[in-house]
Amino acid sequence: MMQEAAFVYSEKQLAYKLSEDHPFNPLRLTLTYDLLRHIGALDDDSVKAPRAASDEEIALVHDSSYIEAVKAGGHGTLSRGIANNFGLGTEDTPVFKNMHEAASLLVGGTLTAVDLVMEGKTGHALNLGGGLHHGFRGKASGFCIYNDSAIAIEYMKKHYGARVLYVDTDAHHGDGVQFTFYEDPDVCTLSIHETGRYLFPGTGDVYEKGSGEGYGLAVNVPIDAFTEDASFIENYEKALEETAAFFKPDVILTQNGADAHYYDPLTHLSTTMETYREIPRAARRVAHKYCGGKWIGVGGGGYDIWRVVPRAWAMIWLEMTGRTDLLDHPLPASWIQTWESGSPVPLPHNWSDPENMYPYIPRRGEITEKNRKILEKALFHIRNENKSGPTPSPDQP
Amino acid sequence: MLVEEIMNEDPVYLHAGDSIEKALKYIDQHKIRHIPIVDENHILTGIVSDRDIRDASPSIFHTRSQEEHLKKAVSRIMSVPVITANPLDVVEDAAVVLYNNGISSLPVTGDHDNLLGMVTESTVLHTLVELTGAHQPSSRIEVKANDRPGELAAVTSIFHRKQMNVISVLVYPGRDDVSKYLAFRVQTMDPRDVIHDLKEAGYEVSWPRIPGLNE
Repeated sequence: MMQEAAFVYSEKQLAYKLSEDHPFNPLRLTLTYDLLRHIGALDDDSVKAPRAASDEEIALVHDSSYIEAVKAGGHGTLSRGIANNFGLGTEDTPVFKNMHEAASLLVGGTLTAVDLVMEGKTGHALNLGGGLHHGFRGKASGFCIYNDSAIAIEYMKKHYGARVLYVDTDAHHGDGVQFTFYEDPDVCTLSIHETGRYLFPGTGDVYEKGSGEGYGLAVNVPIDAFTEDASFIENYEKALEETAAFFKPDVILTQNGADAHYYDPLTHLSTTMETYREIPRAARRVAHKYCGGKWIGVGGGGYDIWRVVPRAWAMIWLEMTGRTDLLDHPLPASWIQTWESGSPVPLPHNWSDPENMYPYIPRRGEITEKNRKILEKALFHIRNENKSGPTPSPDQP
Repeated sequence: MLVEEIMNEDPVYLHAGDSIEKALKYIDQHKIRHIPIVDENHILTGIVSDRDIRDASPSIFHTRSQEEHLKKAVSRIMSVPVITANPLDVVEDAAVVLYNNGISSLPVTGDHDNLLGMVTESTVLHTLVELTGAHQPSSRIEVKANDRPGELAAVTSIFHRKQMNVISVLVYPGRDDVSKYLAFRVQTMDPRDVIHDLKEAGYEVSWPRIPGLNE
């Protein structure tokens, strides 16, 4: 019988640890896994060990000289000067022991998820160790060495001939994935993120729409600082629904950075768990409406690893497995007890955030209006095409 | 960066005796807005713009009635003398020439006025974008500093201590005479520490400036 969903995980994924006090902390994976175990939502049969990606697979996107540099870095034989040329050896992506092996296991995890879904063994698959959307062809950037999502998309095109919709809800623009497929007519990238005016990487402007044969297939929704749930969800749902209807993908790959939350220390958005409840809900709906349910989820950013990431990522799994009824209960005391001594902040007791978590935002109306205008610009070419576009199909008079 | 590094080395050109019709065909075919005119020795003698050509073309409401005008030579409508650039000009100087003359394209000529290439407004703008680093993944940090020697070095040493690669630096004058703004694009996703260190060292960090947070 086909399984509903697979959870790709192994403790070996924790080896992607950039440095001791680095904000991109793999403990997030353990916290999430443990939370799902404690609520009884994750059985042994659903957990699939990730495989490592081969050099050949990584080379679907990355230059071989870059792969060699990453290997050399991890084995202590890369000079500082050459490392810097590849964006390595910086505070963001330091050189660390066996970095190639650690990074290729994250890529392989996403490929494991892809194969499970594309071979029909499971409807959905989740690899929270993936989602390293800033990695470029020949350059590490923004905590990312290999871009698992871009590799997985290229892999799906090559092995399954699939048209892929990539949906990125990380607070940072999904630049690495977008620019890998900027001229590709078979891949559509949708990224909703905090405006690059204040935030890394600075790209993701609404006028970045792809080029050549890929024109119109990069959709960017840069939202204002301090955006709250209602406006985030409105923009996300409309953008996702209309982009999917326009592009008609065979499969969707969602990147689930959990750093748009009010508590996130690196960004300036003001969403709550409400947004993280809605993100997978709409993703699942779209996957079933357009892709026969084929949905692969990966992780991404998320720098409040105690209060935000475990709940947000657990919600994706509960949505994938149809167990969102578990969200009606408080978080299990056993999980809180296990981890509270290690946490610098009090752990939450519920799946949703308390009201009045943050002070009232006086510019709320203005921000909402601004975001609506941005969405209009982001979807303009899609809406325009639909109006004048190709002749309607016979079953839709 | 030099003009010769960014110029189109294989530009479309015409001779003075060619017809306006041919010029019209070229600008449509090659999606260009300027055609340099050269003589038999490839010496630049004039330039025609899409506007010159359209001025000479019949209105769309006068179909066929005035088509004989299009048979005339481009020399009738070309501009002379031509404002040109030297291949060894720096790109920012070429930008000044474009801006000061209100033009959008510069033929690049050698010592004998021989045509070597073309640079357009959009190539120059693209190059300036590259020089600012705005197309590369980065965090933008702007620091207000005193206008005196050593300030830039002092600020960049703070980035160096953090092992942060600086992608670009722009220096521009403040509103008063004694300060300068230093705008950096830094290759980091997490600028919190370095902003803290800059403030600790007594600098005013004037960007990121977020409405409702620090504005």
